[in-house]
Amino acid sequence: MLRVESVVKSFGGFKAVDGANLHVNAGEIVAVIGPNGAGKTTLFHLLTGHLSPDSGRILFKGKEIGGLSPHVLCRRGITRSFQVVNIFPRLSVFENVQIAVLSRERKTFRIFSPVAGMAEEEVHRILRSVGLFDQRDVESDLLSHGDKKVLEIAVALSGNPELLILDEPTAGMAPEETERCIRLIRKLSGESGLTILFCEHDIALVFEIANRIMVMVRGATVVQGSGEEVRRNSEVQSAYLGESGGC
Amino acid sequence: MRRSATPFLLLLLLAALLALPQVLPRFHTYVASIVLLTALLATSLNLAIGYTGLYQFGHAVFYGVGAYGTALVLTRSGMPAPVAFLVGPLAAAALSLVMGVICIRLSKLYFGMLQISLGSLVWAVVYRWYSFTGGDDGIHGIPLPDAIASPKGSYYFTLTVTALCVFAMYRIVRSPFGKVIQGIRDNPVRAAAIGVDVRLHQLASLVIAGFFGGVAGSLFVVVENSVFPDMMFWTFSLEVLIMCLLGGMYTFFGPLVGASVIVLLRVFASVHTQYWSLILGTILTLVIIFLPDGVLGRFVRRSLPKEDRGA
Ligand SMILES: Nc1ncnc2c1ncn2[C@@H]1O[C@H](COP(=O)(O)OP(=O)(O)OP(=O)(O)O)[C@@H](O)[C@H]1O
Ligand SMILES: [Mg+2]
Repeated sequence: MLRVESVVKSFGGFKAVDGANLHVNAGEIVAVIGPNGAGKTTLFHLLTGHLSPDSGRILFKGKEIGGLSPHVLCRRGITRSFQVVNIFPRLSVFENVQIAVLSRERKTFRIFSPVAGMAEEEVHRILRSVGLFDQRDVESDLLSHGDKKVLEIAVALSGNPELLILDEPTAGMAPEETERCIRLIRKLSGESGLTILFCEHDIALVFEIANRIMVMVRGATVVQGSGEEVRRNSEVQSAYLGESGGC
Repeated sequence: MRRSATPFLLLLLLAALLALPQVLPRFHTYVASIVLLTALLATSLNLAIGYTGLYQFGHAVFYGVGAYGTALVLTRSGMPAPVAFLVGPLAAAALSLVMGVICIRLSKLYFGMLQISLGSLVWAVVYRWYSFTGGDDGIHGIPLPDAIASPKGSYYFTLTVTALCVFAMYRIVRSPFGKVIQGIRDNPVRAAAIGVDVRLHQLASLVIAGFFGGVAGSLFVVVENSVFPDMMFWTFSLEVLIMCLLGGMYTFFGPLVGASVIVLLRVFASVHTQYWSLILGTILTLVIIFLPDGVLGRFVRRSLPKEDRGA
């Protein structure tokens, strides 16, 4: 479904992504791991149009998508959450999801129909599935950090993506929130067969839920394979797993 | 509670406005007309600056073009008056589209500065083109249909059009489009990430704001019977901006309040002093220091963390 080939992105001489390769099949959960500054977020930005690659190819469903803008890629079926919570802070939980649903339904140019209550059923269904239904009328800025991250996943889901990209979905979460988030990711993958690409510093978590793992160090892909293959890779052990085991 | 009281208060206000010319002398009826159309102008600006978060620093240009469009059709073509009242706002919307396409690529302040520059260009053309626009003299004695030529007639026309336009904008900010532009204002990155074409929506918002600004300009022709270039000069843009700031940019009705206060003050002040800009400057200073959310915003705005403020 997604294929990244020798992609390079530099910021004024510094190569943040330098020869990344990645392969994601439909229905898989794939994780990207690597130390701080390895280029994971930059890679994700390249996949969602927030940055364009200097060279290399990014193919989604067989088509080159490198350099397309974020809103176009969302419509093509890639949605995401960000490493730092990125929601509409002044809108309620309900409205955050609603606006994403309306965008997907191409209703954002309706200027006279009242927005209140539009797409209510679907928004409620999404909020129930992520466990935020009871907080639907809360201004989203007032949510706990963990709930904000979950809300952002809900917003990303509202676009009915084929590929969901999550940049450190559990970062900063309390243990029980992390647990809940993992269950959610599993459920999304299991129930709706959603393809998920994420990155995470919690290595145990990664080995627990990812079908396959890609290891990135200094912008380059060191290895991509099953948990077992990654564990066995000596380069990974020296460069990453051995020294820290978790960052 | 406040939410349920609002429609009632508005009806009361409307009733009072309907009765106004029956009890007020001529001059005050005229002032009330100016208050109304300026309130429309400020509300239209707020669509761009308060609701979309675009630094619309040259809004008076659309007001001026709306006025000149209507005035020129009325004086120079044999076309019926309704055409004139369409041409003004449509010309303003078209100009808004063209300027928007040019400026939208720039961010924040640069957008505003370029808009002022382009607006000044339009002003300069109008100011100099004596044979067409009347140059710095403007156009006077514009012929109007009898029904709206009297002070009362023009007042009721202004009231009707302003009420309809404000209602239309009220609907717009509560539509899906309205929600989306507010989302863009607060977080353009997230908006794009959910599939919203940010620039296209910003452009649409600018065109709508320009259109209603143009309507206010057309009403000016009805009330004043004349147009002159200074109504589109950048200093007047600033004055309208102050109205929004004073009333509260994050409230729908704030700019209406701000416009009323400023217009009444100006009328009052011009009787007693020549130092209007001094007064305006003082108001601006006081507002920025004591009422950063504006008069209305101070009372109705939900409390939010500081870092989320700012258009
Ligand atoms: N816009 C930018 N301009 C300049 N340098 C950047 C930019 N974005 C990222 N970098 C640099 O590129 C490198 C990779 O950053 P990136 O955020 O992709 O890493 P990461 O793997 O996501 O790290 P973390 O685990 O800390 O989130 C870092 O050294 C960072 O400082
Ligand atoms: Mg990162």
